[in-house]
Amino acid sequence: MSPVSTYWRSLEELAQTPEFRAFVEDEFPNRKPDWNDSASRRHFLTLMGASLALAGASSCTVQPKELIVPYVRQPEEFVPGKPLFYATAMSVAGIGTGVLVESHLGRPTKIEGNPQHPASLGATDAAMQASVLTLYDPDRSQTVTRNGYISTWGSFITAMTKEREAALAKKGAGLRILTGTVTSPTLAAQIQEFLAANPQAKWHHWEPCGRHSVRAGAMAAFGRPLNTIYRFDKANTIVSLDADFLCSGMPGGLRYTRDYSDRRRAAAADSGTMPPRLYVAEGTPSITGGMAEHRFRMATAAVAGFAGQIAQELRSPSPGAPLPVRTIAKDLAANRGASVVIAGEHQPAEVHALAHAINQTLGNIGQTVLYTDPVEANPIDEAASITELVSEMRAGAVEVLLIIGGNPVYDAPFDLNFLDALKKVRFRVHLGLYSNETAAWCHWHVPEAHYLESWSDTRAYDGTASIVQPLIEPIYGAKTAHELMSVLAGNADHSAHDTVRDYWQSQHTGKDFDDFWQVSLHDGVVAGTTFAERQAPSAKVPPETAVPEPGAGGIEVVFRPDPAVGDGTWSNNAWLQEMPKPQNKMTWNNAVWVSPRTAADQRLATGDIVDIEFKGFKVTGPLWILPGHADQSATVHFGYGRTRAGRIANGIGFSAYAIRTTGALWNGQGGKLIRKSGGYPFATTQHTQTMEERDPFRAGTFAEYRQRPDFARPEEDKVADDHTLFPLWNYNQHKWGMSIDLTACVGCHACTIACQAENNIPVVGKNEVAKGRHMNWLRVDRYYKGSMDDPETYYQPVPCMHCENALCELVCPVAATVHSGEGLNEMVYNRCVGTRYCSNNCPYKVRRFNFYLYSDWDTQSLYGVRNPDVSVRSRGVMEKCSYCVQRINRVKIDAEKEDRAIRDGEIVTACQQACPTQAIVFGDLNDPNSRVSKLKRQQRDYGLLEELNTRPRTTYLARLRNPHPDLEKT
Amino acid sequence: MIPDEHESTTVAVIDPGPEKVLGPGHDYGTVTDKIAGVVYRPFMRTPRQMFVGFACAFVLVNLFLVAVTWLFARGVGVWGIVIPIAWGFAIVNFVWWIGIGHAGTLISAILLLLKQDWRTSINRFSEAMTLFAVACAAMFPVLHLGRPWLAYWLLPYPNTMWLWPQPRSPLIWDVFAVSTYATVSFIFWFTGLIPDFATMRDEGRGPIARKIFGMLAMGWRGSARHWARYQKAYLLLAGLSTPLVVSVHSVVSFDFAVAVLPGWHTTIFPPYFVAGAIYSGFAMVLSLAIPVRRWYHLEDLITMRHIECMAKVMLGTGLIVAYGYAMEAFMSWYSGDQYERYAFFNRMWAGGYWWTYWLLILCNILIPQLLWSKKIRLNVGAVFVISLFVNVGMWLERFVIVVTSLTRDFVPSSWGMYYPTIWDWSTYFGTIGVFLCLMFLFIRVLPAISIFEMREVVHHLEPSHAHGD
Repeated sequence: MSPVSTYWRSLEELAQTPEFRAFVEDEFPNRKPDWNDSASRRHFLTLMGASLALAGASSCTVQPKELIVPYVRQPEEFVPGKPLFYATAMSVAGIGTGVLVESHLGRPTKIEGNPQHPASLGATDAAMQASVLTLYDPDRSQTVTRNGYISTWGSFITAMTKEREAALAKKGAGLRILTGTVTSPTLAAQIQEFLAANPQAKWHHWEPCGRHSVRAGAMAAFGRPLNTIYRFDKANTIVSLDADFLCSGMPGGLRYTRDYSDRRRAAAADSGTMPPRLYVAEGTPSITGGMAEHRFRMATAAVAGFAGQIAQELRSPSPGAPLPVRTIAKDLAANRGASVVIAGEHQPAEVHALAHAINQTLGNIGQTVLYTDPVEANPIDEAASITELVSEMRAGAVEVLLIIGGNPVYDAPFDLNFLDALKKVRFRVHLGLYSNETAAWCHWHVPEAHYLESWSDTRAYDGTASIVQPLIEPIYGAKTAHELMSVLAGNADHSAHDTVRDYWQSQHTGKDFDDFWQVSLHDGVVAGTTFAERQAPSAKVPPETAVPEPGAGGIEVVFRPDPAVGDGTWSNNAWLQEMPKPQNKMTWNNAVWVSPRTAADQRLATGDIVDIEFKGFKVTGPLWILPGHADQSATVHFGYGRTRAGRIANGIGFSAYAIRTTGALWNGQGGKLIRKSGGYPFATTQHTQTMEERDPFRAGTFAEYRQRPDFARPEEDKVADDHTLFPLWNYNQHKWGMSIDLTACVGCHACTIACQAENNIPVVGKNEVAKGRHMNWLRVDRYYKGSMDDPETYYQPVPCMHCENALCELVCPVAATVHSGEGLNEMVYNRCVGTRYCSNNCPYKVRRFNFYLYSDWDTQSLYGVRNPDVSVRSRGVMEKCSYCVQRINRVKIDAEKEDRAIRDGEIVTACQQACPTQAIVFGDLNDPNSRVSKLKRQQRDYGLLEELNTRPRTTYLARLRNPHPDLEKT
Repeated sequence: MIPDEHESTTVAVIDPGPEKVLGPGHDYGTVTDKIAGVVYRPFMRTPRQMFVGFACAFVLVNLFLVAVTWLFARGVGVWGIVIPIAWGFAIVNFVWWIGIGHAGTLISAILLLLKQDWRTSINRFSEAMTLFAVACAAMFPVLHLGRPWLAYWLLPYPNTMWLWPQPRSPLIWDVFAVSTYATVSFIFWFTGLIPDFATMRDEGRGPIARKIFGMLAMGWRGSARHWARYQKAYLLLAGLSTPLVVSVHSVVSFDFAVAVLPGWHTTIFPPYFVAGAIYSGFAMVLSLAIPVRRWYHLEDLITMRHIECMAKVMLGTGLIVAYGYAMEAFMSWYSGDQYERYAFFNRMWAGGYWWTYWLLILCNILIPQLLWSKKIRLNVGAVFVISLFVNVGMWLERFVIVVTSLTRDFVPSSWGMYYPTIWDWSTYFGTIGVFLCLMFLFIRVLPAISIFEMREVVHHLEPSHAHGD
């Protein structure tokens, strides 16, 4: 450029300042400094590393179109191929359980239990395992909507702020907040702060499968909503009054299961230890009922009377009482301070009060039964709360309604007609994971962040608080309840992280909050938050209500959350839909469960489609005859009959909420079954219910076992080592094996889903399951023994046995399934051509075949959930349990790098990790001191079909029961 | 009907009855003309039944193509196979077709060595049947693979991965057994055809037929030296094929016998399978020969003697098969093994397929007992119907073995049922179409009866009349 130009473009040019010279001479003016400028590069790397470490998987949402630059120096501990684990907590109906989440390059792939968390102790249930699939569910709500049209968070803030200001002027009159049960201290504080500023506003609760009766029971007995905690590790005699406390979603259920199984296991290992004895009175067969030494089948409503009889018998024994009652009372009296009487969450308040009273009489309080403050932030009668809300809405008193989570249009008591009332509210906001039935009727819908995307906090069954920390940026830009409440507080910019952190900072009394925060996040538990024990006043027992005669006034209708998909929260989770329900191995459906006798009386058969009429409402669903169910009673499950759940759940099953009324939240008399037609096709994974005079499942009593320790392994089953011409292979290094303790296992199916999550096992859909093509590598067999009316129920997890003489290996023509040098029976997917001969020759039938292309290769969001350590199988190949070989190898590599031997218990298979009872133990059989070797030396150890000389590496420890001699059926 | 276009001498079609293998009045020329006349008949004068039959078969061929296309597009899930019944129609059909093939080899090789005069007019025909049956059979192991495009991995070919087939698997033995069988059967059949190709070349109408038959005849001139060597080669080939009659189906039976599955794990399987194979093979020869003999009026060449002899073989092998069934039942009881006992119990009435077992007993054991009566053996219609029953029965036998055993094995929780889909049936009937199409084409374009061997028969029977001209 010529300095003598007479034209000038700006005053700077005219002035010829040095800045202007630089600007003109730069080829690309106004750019950022060079990235290889050393100062800015460091800054860049920091940003890059931090964003990746925190939320690297934002790549799952939007792939940047621009060129990106790989980091030259990687953030600490951030190694591709090596997963990181973060502690967080998952809440179900408000109650939290600690988890560790496996994260691959910022992408959560697998949930594991948090051993430091009191409610988990390292275990998870099936729903927790499956929650990671919900995170990546393509049907999740992906955007803020206004009247069904796509909108933005910003627009929502504007609209909400306007409403907020209007409400503020009226001290909150006409504004209502509806949540489920809330234990989150931060959210409760936010809501209470808002209510304090706006005293006319109200906070309502509705949790469809919440602990309504438990709270009411505590109120009835003590006048305040005390929380009850049980110590099954100290209980010799347990009486469950319809309480399904083993792996059922009851708060603390995982912990209870662990405590109870530990006792049984200890008694089996050591003849000096007393095994616990479990009595269960129930109508609907449950997991707990299956474990009972003595299960008393009765109508759900009759449990109250049974409890009353026990209380009466304890007060004044009478020889006229029925034998079970006398025996239970005797057993309880003999175990004062070491027994538990636990009332079911679905039993009325009187039964709870009665249970409290019995426990007090027996001196169990402070020993096996502890009372604490309620875990819920606002322990109120939720049924009354939603009834009040609906009547106010109907009266037009509600102008603004914030529904934070939940789906009341679908799950509120049907007689309230929630939807009708909702339509009268002028401004309706819904925050939810899915744009569900409720979202459809709300003006604004805001996608809710999944717990793996959220900053929050929660409390466990015993009050222990955990900070919920996100593993990934919200995939769909979803928001948490905290952010919504911040908008309501006029503080829309306040992030959930800051809200939660500020709350805990305000609660923190010590000096170094940063340390406290770091440790709490790292451990997944906030130290010192477990509730202290409270003294309860003497329990008042309400007068006994008359128990209606079974069958009087029609059929008893019993409501339960579905064993797989719960109250509907997980309806759209395909893993849970395809998880066989423990009781009847049914998938993808709910059904009306009735007993064989009731079905015979009413001339009904499994697969009949019946109208079920109850309290003036009616639904239509298929019927299932379930052995062990109470007579004159029908159980229906929630979670089905969805219309706006997503592609998985829409249109399957029927909604049991449609006949649930405020007067009969859990059960009631007066139902009617009317047969409409027949031939409904169910999809079950097991068709034969009994063992057909075989003995895959071996059970005995503790007394028998102590008399005849080898009862589970008769001589004729044993195959001597020299029964072969070929010498046995010598394993010089490792020799992996597994032991499954049937005494501990309760049959919860958590292992099945853990395996599915770990091993990228595809979902096949109802039709394929119906044909018999489900893909579970680890199935749980369920067998009945005894009469069809009241059978014993046995559960047996069956993974691959990894036979030493593997029959599958013999017949594969292409050597696609081979034995490894460590004894694993390995499946080489690449080499498999799909003759399926291996499956035919497998006596355990644990092999699964990809008849079609079952793995979803098309849905992008589902790529995220896959474990990068496990191949995704294609069409036409066989697959099966690998003993989680990827986990074995990860540990082997680590041990080799550190130049040390592998420690026993270091390798944990996915099923073992999840198991709430620790029934599954994996380890090295070459190490005589390994846990698995020791277990296999127990005399109740037996192999499935050992007589075939397959030499299975997975063996079972026979089930031991502890029946009362007076009640043992002859 | 007389091959009337032919200028040569003609003889009346007279079935000589159950004593003779050739109708009266035949000499070298009439035999030659009659057999070659079937091929050289003008296209439009093909018997109407052949057109109708071919059309039906061709429809089935197209059904087969549709079924296989769908199969390859979607995967083996289109069939009814599930876990635990991972083998279904494909394997049933494979074993059935392989079995049918056995009659050809037996007639050509063993009966040749045993110098059975009645084999002559049916050997060519049954050899062709063997080839086509093996072709149909050989398709199934490939079709049934989860990843059929990798079927070549079952062959031992050198590769950079140094991976070979796994030799302990009976499926690998199958690959060798079936491919050997197909190769030897083809060579045997082709060798037998060479003198007849030369005859056809010499009889040839038009240059194209002469060219084609000339090439196929491979320079056959019928010199004494040719004949001497030919006889030796043919005998050697017969010797080579003879063990195959026994080995192929034995190896196929190992697919089952080697497995641990109750109902499969049976030492009696090899001989029992071989007998069954011959049984079904003869049934199929009868099912095909009886109509063709009638349509082309070959009653003087395929006489009642042939039919009766085949019926007798069928009866004999049928009895061996019946013995096999009895032994299976006995051994399942005698073994004392819980699972073996249950497998048989399941087969007979416990499971969902009890009716297939009883239908199989009816078709394979009860109905063929009628053949004890000479009157029925000499009733062509009755023999034809019985042969159809045996064909169905032998298919059911394989179904009972393959499917019923798989439905209920060791662990009751994994028991299941098998329901064939429309694609199972389409593939099965499709291969029947392929088989029939090939048979119809064969009868139309190649001498379906060995001309030179018939001349030998004439020579032996009526040496004085041999040269009628």
